[in-house]
Amino acid sequence: MPFKRYVEIGRIALVNYGKDYGKLVVIVDVIYQNRALVDAPDMVRGQMNFKRLTLTDIKIDIKRVPNKKTLIAAMEAADVKSKWENSSWGRKLIVQKKRASLNDFDRFKVMLAKIKKAGVVRQELAKLKKETA
Amino acid sequence: MQKTMAPKDRKPHVSRNPDLIRGVGKYSRSKMYHKRGLWAIKAKNGGTFPKHEKKAAEAAPAEKPPKFYPADDVKKPLVNKRKARPTKLRASITPGTVLIILAGRFKGKRVVFLKQLTSGLLLVTGPFKINGVPLRRVNQSYVIATSTKVDISGVNVEKFDDKYFGKKVEKKKKKGEGEFFEAEKEEKNTLPQDKKDDQKTVDAALIASIEAVPDLKSYLGARFSLKAGMKPHELVF
Repeated sequence: MPFKRYVEIGRIALVNYGKDYGKLVVIVDVIYQNRALVDAPDMVRGQMNFKRLTLTDIKIDIKRVPNKKTLIAAMEAADVKSKWENSSWGRKLIVQKKRASLNDFDRFKVMLAKIKKAGVVRQELAKLKKETA
Repeated sequence: MQKTMAPKDRKPHVSRNPDLIRGVGKYSRSKMYHKRGLWAIKAKNGGTFPKHEKKAAEAAPAEKPPKFYPADDVKKPLVNKRKARPTKLRASITPGTVLIILAGRFKGKRVVFLKQLTSGLLLVTGPFKINGVPLRRVNQSYVIATSTKVDISGVNVEKFDDKYFGKKVEKKKKKGEGEFFEAEKEEKNTLPQDKKDDQKTVDAALIASIEAVPDLKSYLGARFSLKAGMKPHELVF
């Protein structure tokens, strides 16, 4: 199976370890075999080991090491944020974050909603079973 | 004008002698004398520093020499200036917070916090109609504070204090055992009517504000429990 996501300048990656865990960063230069220079609109440009990054499908069009303004403009042009939030990976992460931040009362409300939904589904199923039986 | 205000109202003055290092000031004693303007105060007062007249010391009442001196020296206990204070209340616990009780008869019950009593214990109520927890005292250590708050403004909790909850001391009759014992025990078990009325008045206002929030009533009626996959150190309460 060939590789589909390559490390290249402009590749968006997700940080999976360290202080910036969970952030989306742009690979802005390759330092050597194991390290890359990464940048994001809300962080200072710095180096990171590739092992700390997980590549995504998103790529933006930039030249090697652009300045912050150009980088932000390129990210806006490629609409990285909405692409990420609409992708299934991005949506999963958002749901995980929401679940982790639920209050005890919120968890109770979710439980009530689940029971209600299951009740409705079961009613429909019972109806369908009756028809076919 | 500073001088006309009472001395207590003046802002505390920063030191006129900045530290070079801790313990070493920038200015010498003579320089500081000049800076503080002591020369000006003296000049105003005609050469000497203004003095208060000493109050005439009241003649101490003549003490009689003690009749009895103890044989060994009696040790004086050390000075203890500590004051008894109620336990420090966690910042997450404010009046109206929903608490989860963790131990005792009502473990797992979600309950509304009313106020902290002078003993440090927390005054708490179910409300009684919703989950069966009456006005009760609970220790802060056996409680999880959630971030859910109930509006408690309509409730008056002034009259409740530790004495209200203390055990009633009855004069014991030492005379007849047997019959007397049984009769007394039967009387003690019922709750006095005024306590029941207190519960009702406190709960009336509370229940009104609870019913304003959807699902809150059933939330308070349900018990908390850990289910599979719930990690307490990762849960947000």
